[in-house]
Order: sequence, then C-alpha cells, then structure tokens
Amino acid sequence: MQGIYTFDAEDRHNAFITRQEEVRYGDGKLSGVAIAVKDNISTKGMQTTCASRILEGYVPPYDAHVVSLLRREGAAIVGKTNMDEFGMGTTTENSAFGPTTNPCDSTCVPGGSSGGSAAAVASGMVKMALGTDTGGSIRCPAAFCGIVGLKPTYGRISRYGLIAYSNSLEQIGPMAGNVGDVSRLMEVISAPDRHDSTTYARPYEHTPVADIGGKRIGLPAEYFGEGVDKDVAAAVRKATEKLEEMGAELVECSIPSMAYALAAYYVICTSEASSNLSRFDGVRYGPAVEKRRQWHPEFRDHRGKRFGTEVQRRIMLGTFALSAGYYGKYYAKAQIAKENVRRDFTRILEDVDLIAGPTMPTTAFKIGEKTDPLSMYLSDILTVPANLAGLPAISVPCGKVAKMPVGLQLIGKPFGEEAVIDAAYAYEQGVSQ
Amino acid sequence: MVSEQEVENVARLGDISIDKERLGEFTAQFNKILSYFDLLDQVAGEGDAGEHDLYNVLRDDEVEASLSHEEAISNAGETEEGYIKAPRVM
Repeated sequence: MQGIYTFDAEDRHNAFITRQEEVRYGDGKLSGVAIAVKDNISTKGMQTTCASRILEGYVPPYDAHVVSLLRREGAAIVGKTNMDEFGMGTTTENSAFGPTTNPCDSTCVPGGSSGGSAAAVASGMVKMALGTDTGGSIRCPAAFCGIVGLKPTYGRISRYGLIAYSNSLEQIGPMAGNVGDVSRLMEVISAPDRHDSTTYARPYEHTPVADIGGKRIGLPAEYFGEGVDKDVAAAVRKATEKLEEMGAELVECSIPSMAYALAAYYVICTSEASSNLSRFDGVRYGPAVEKRRQWHPEFRDHRGKRFGTEVQRRIMLGTFALSAGYYGKYYAKAQIAKENVRRDFTRILEDVDLIAGPTMPTTAFKIGEKTDPLSMYLSDILTVPANLAGLPAISVPCGKVAKMPVGLQLIGKPFGEEAVIDAAYAYEQGVSQ
Repeated sequence: MVSEQEVENVARLGDISIDKERLGEFTAQFNKILSYFDLLDQVAGEGDAGEHDLYNVLRDDEVEASLSHEEAISNAGETEEGYIKAPRVM
C-alpha cells in the first residue's frame, strides 16, 4: 500500500507548528497512518524549532532514528507539534508560537511539554504521535487530554536526532487514543540504534494481553497524600479497585525519597540544560548573529532576545547550580537523591509487579492560571520519579473530575514495557465492557 | 539569599542578557526556587553517587556514510568557501 495522505484537518487547538498538506507514504506496519512528531525531534527537510525563536527556520539535514523508523514502516508524518520551548514546561504555554489549548475544554491547558502531540491525538487530527518525556512531558498531557502516553525505560528508545534538553532523563515515547495504538507505535520506534550509545538492543515486540490476574500492584502513600487533589486521588483509587476486581492484588507501600525527588529533578535538568543549550549561538543553525560585533556581547543579546523567559531561567539556575562553591550543595546532592529514588523503586519492585498512582495531582489548569515558576514545577511531583529511576511509566485515562480527564499512572520494572502495557490494556478493556 | 548582582553574574556566565527591569523579578523567583532546593541539604552522603554497570560503547574505526559537507553547514547563517563565519573573538 503506497499513496498520498491528504492532511486537511482544521487545527482548532494550535497543536501544530509546521504541517504538511500532502504526505507520500509507503508500505509497512504503519502504512498510511497519520502521525504527528513533537518539534524537538529532527525531521529531514521539515522545519524543527523546539518551539523556540532561536531555531526558527532550522531545517535538519537528517532524520532522528525514530523518524527513519516511522518512514520505513510507511507512516505519513503530517507535521511537527507545538510544545513548551525545548520541553521546559508543564502546560505548552511556554511556546514561541502561542499556547496549545485542551480539546476537552479550550479554556484549559493541554499539559506539557508534549501538549501539541496530545491535542493532535485528542482532537482526532492524527491517530498517533511522538512525544518526549524528561519529567512527565508525555504522561502529563496524556492525562490532561484523556489519551494514552508511555514514557519508555531510559535506554529503550534511541535519542539520536532528539534535540537534547536533559540527556540523562529524557526519552522519546508513543502517544495515542488507546493502548493498542501506543503498543503498535512502540513496536516501530524501539528498533536498536548504534548512533545512541545509551540504548540497549531490547526491541519491543509485543501484542497487548488484557490479563492482570495474580499481579501485585503497589500503591505508594505519597501518590495519594498531601498535594494531591482529593477527587483525583479518589478516581485513581477507584481505578485500582477495578484492577483488583480483575484479579490484581493491591499492596500499600511507601517511597520516602519522594520528599526530595522534585528538588533533585530540577537541579539535574537545569544543570544539563545550561550545558546543552550553550550550543545555540546563532552561528551554525537558527537565525544568524551579527558578525561584526564581539563574540560574547553578541551571543548574550541574541540569546536574551530569542530564548523565552522559562528557558533563560532554567539555563541560569543550572549555571548557578554547577558553579564553583555550589556544586556540592546542589548537583552532587541531587545525584545522591536520584540514586535514593532509584533504590526505593528497586526495593518496592522486588515485592510488586507494578506501581500505580495518579499521573498528575490535579486535572488540567486554566490557561494563564499558573504564573509562579515554583508552583508550576511542583505539579510534576508524581511524574519525575520515573525519570529519575529510569523506569517505564504509562498514563491511561481513568474517568473525569468536573468534566476533565484524570490519568492513571502505572510504573513498571526496567524494560518492563510489556507488563505496563498489558496492565493498562486490561484496565482499558475492563472499563469499556 | 542571592543578590541581583549574583543573578546578573550568572546570566553573564550563561551568555544571556537580562534587562535591568527584569532582574528584580528573576532574583525573587531565583530565591524562592533555591530555598526549595535546600530540601537537598537533608540528603545524607557526600561526593558523587555511585555509577552502575559502566562500560565503553565503541565501534571499529572505519569510515561510514555521513552528512556531506554541504548538508552539514546548510543551516549556518553565513559561510565562505565552505567555512562557517562567526563573530570576531578579539
């Protein structure tokens, strides 16, 4: 099956930064399936901006590994989706191309940073999309828009061609309207790649099975306690009881290192960002700097003008955390905290098969509601632990609170995507009956 | 607490120009975030955390297909005779 896909769907939610009207596609597992790609993943010949003015007009000369795989399997890549600039945000409001809105209620944010991908799927413009998840950027918008999103195990998907923000935490992952499609997309993008030396050759070749019988599911007290909206916690409790009805066993547990997980996450991601984003100097790509002025003054003005405020804030925080005299207080401690989080999860996952909790502490915020950076950061508390521990985690819709979707988050063992997807599939099939 | 001067210095190190008017707001937000980061003082232990299963990933040093010279510099703002032009350093 080869052909041309005509992409004429109206973009009511500002989900796309760049779109293709006619897309040639080939044979393969995804032949003719419309797929949207987040705008921090390189697409040969198609503008890739990371939603930043500093990369406006940048056209990659090569495809990311995952994009090559999509093309190889005949997918129709219809465009590049809106996001928080460089992935830095929880709402998709930090975009140089304006905010994306939530298809469930356009006065609300779609979540972020892969908000464009989530809105494109939720509004029915595409069947599947790729997102990236550094601290929840796939799972948060999946939860807020009522779709399914998977953050794979660190090292399962190649990051070659992903424009880096925080290398040690981020992964590319699949987003779709249902678990079956997330699984299909995962199968295509998980082929090994020698260009990314942090990947393991662990291709995902699995058909979801709706069976949760005999599985032990841990419920960490921290995921249902202080800071989590009571109605959201209740909706997720009810979802776990559904899993229990279907044969799973629920086990109460605790993750003490959650107390400093969020602080550790923000120290690590801002530190890595300060280093990664130093490459944007207007010389090799993006709008050009003035050549007659001196190097540093010209770079400073260029980056002061073209980076958004949140990106500037994170570069500065990271520069500070890594500076002489503060490294031991921030970065070194954050690495120890990260290791403690990983140990806590390893310990619990020796006793249980999966860990369940809400994806986000609340439903989607109103556009413009969160103005204070720290309060925005705090909303990532339930998603960052899986990134610190490098574990696979999925968000699957589990009902609504005041008409807005709630996500059930299921976290698995390293390279345990199959079990995570089976559990999400069992839940999805169970509630649809 | 960090001062406006310290934030200005960090911005300079990060190669970002910040208007004087925005400096006060940045500093206030900085202090709020840094005091939250103080939670990490409760984390026991010093030095770098242990690394796991570290091994090198190397391939044989053989020439493989890669981007052409033209493709590699295709996004540069200004080029001359195949080189990328940058602002002056001195």
